Amino acid sequence: MIGIGMEGSANKVGIGIMLHPEDGSEPKVLANVRHTYNAPPGEGFLPKDTARHHRAWVVKLVKDALKEAKVTVDDVDCICFTQGPGMGAPLQSVAIAARMMSLLWGKKLVGVNHCVGHIEMGRLITGASNPVVLYVSGGNTQVIAYSSQRYRIFGETLDIAVGNCLDRFARTLHIPNDPFPGYNIEQLAKQGKRLVDLPYVVKGMDCSFSGILAASDGLAATYGLGGSEQAKLDAEKSALNTEESQDLDAKPTRADLCFSLQETVFSMLVEITERAMAHVGSKEVLIVGGVGCNERLQEMMGIMARDRGGSVFATDERFCIDNGIMIAQAGMLAHKMGLNTPLKDTICTQRFRTDEVWVKWRDD
Amino acid sequence: MTDEYKPPPLPSPFTNTSPAPVLLTQGAEAHLYKTVSLDPSIPAALKIRPSKPYRHPILDRRLTRQRIVQEARCLVKLVREGVSVPAVLSLDWEGQGGEDGGWGGAWLLMEWIDGPVVRVVLEQWEAWLKKNSSSLDQAQLEQEEERVRGLLRRMGHALGGLHKAGVVHGDLTTSNLMLRLPATSSDPGPTGVSMEGEVVLIDFGLASQSAQDEDRAVDLYVLERAIGSTHPRSEPLFESLLQGYRESYKGATSTLKRLADVRLRGRKRSMLG
Repeated sequence: MIGIGMEGSANKVGIGIMLHPEDGSEPKVLANVRHTYNAPPGEGFLPKDTARHHRAWVVKLVKDALKEAKVTVDDVDCICFTQGPGMGAPLQSVAIAARMMSLLWGKKLVGVNHCVGHIEMGRLITGASNPVVLYVSGGNTQVIAYSSQRYRIFGETLDIAVGNCLDRFARTLHIPNDPFPGYNIEQLAKQGKRLVDLPYVVKGMDCSFSGILAASDGLAATYGLGGSEQAKLDAEKSALNTEESQDLDAKPTRADLCFSLQETVFSMLVEITERAMAHVGSKEVLIVGGVGCNERLQEMMGIMARDRGGSVFATDERFCIDNGIMIAQAGMLAHKMGLNTPLKDTICTQRFRTDEVWVKWRDD
Repeated sequence: MTDEYKPPPLPSPFTNTSPAPVLLTQGAEAHLYKTVSLDPSIPAALKIRPSKPYRHPILDRRLTRQRIVQEARCLVKLVREGVSVPAVLSLDWEGQGGEDGGWGGAWLLMEWIDGPVVRVVLEQWEAWLKKNSSSLDQAQLEQEEERVRGLLRRMGHALGGLHKAGVVHGDLTTSNLMLRLPATSSDPGPTGVSMEGEVVLIDFGLASQSAQDEDRAVDLYVLERAIGSTHPRSEPLFESLLQGYRESYKGATSTLKRLADVRLRGRKRSMLG
């Protein structure tokens, strides 16, 4: 069975083609193409601009994907698309493309929950069977565990997502959005050494990031570290490769702030994940979502899992960052169970909770 | 790949106590041991918050210290206010652990409470009810429910006392409520499940000092959900707990009003349609 997955819930539009061999052997990725809309440094992506970007690219990407996978339209069994959660306008652009393809080619449509897509792709790539899932991205922060055909949310953010917190701090510091702000923060944080005091907000298994962002922004303003001027200075300095004096009384650098922000928010994430693991008695953790590419987060999670006698599963940017194949993977699992989405139900929604999906394809 | 789990080494001076502390439970944050205090005949509960190597050492010390001190402060305050909680015997937020004697986390030594947790009591009672429900007549059933109502009301009283003292628990479940065994036990009735004893609140690891209706209402809401998911048969009797709560202090009415709001709202709710 061959399926096309179409993803466009945020600033990435991705088309993926997956093959599920009839003999039940390992599913194969035939194509995974993606194009990202990047706003200039200091700005975020707006829904209408992002939607325009997706509309402009989706047809070309589908063509590219079909060519790369070396399949024709006749080989395709179903068209899977992201139904939510995400930004309204970008979701709609891709959903319209999916409906059009379905009508044009006479293929079944499968609406997919974005979060479930991440989870299924992570399980496929890492081989983790029943892990506690930490889903961290620009729009979502959830700790999820599977129980009787639902992915249940044990803990989540009470306000903004962790990726949103990092992205917006990158904006404050005018760190480039290319390839993605979190990556650039991670690189800058590697030069940071001093831990600045930031709020630490964990409530049970939930956490909150907006206060941390405000505090970090406040520190950046106090020490005059925000804005494009400082970003230019920093770039010049790193080009010259001068060693900063490690005076403890000196004001923190931009790198120190990034370092402190990462250490604080990742500690919170690892803590709530550990709580969920203790609660459900699982020893495996799977990290998915864009922030899941962060190597420091993976390292911290690894130490925690090791101390509990377990292990951590993570993937790289091809599968962590939003992509089409994860939508294809989750959609095809549903399609096999006969769960298709009739045309009249193909509306997309900004709010679509992970635990609303009936996970019929798992029976453990 | 998965080695046998080894708890982190005990901090000094518990490496030398005899008999050695016995590990009771391991949560995400802390390990609970049974040990002795001063004299081998005086049992005590030892809560250890081991250091978390995944965290930056400065952050780790800050959080561990903050939390253990906060927990102890809440307990001391509650003991002073006459709320039944375990008394604090001693603590160290800069515990020395391991062979190298470095930073090993913090520990808190508390009074030992002898008795079952409410979760076990309710589970036993529900199991008994399930087994015998067919052979019970209406009067017996009502009598049994009345006993549970009485227990829930006493739990409500205990919570009211807690909130009246200006502390919220932060993690109320039936596992965090105990029944202190009475000196002379009365007849437990046909079920064999005793519900006698003073209700004692334990595990203040997430507690904080607050007198806001919002925090108090969330406390009650958390307990209501916990009872709903672990003791489905006792859930319809939750009203008795609220009744006990209402009787226990003056501000309870406004807290209960807030509880109605808390039940309705939230990110937890589906926003579809």
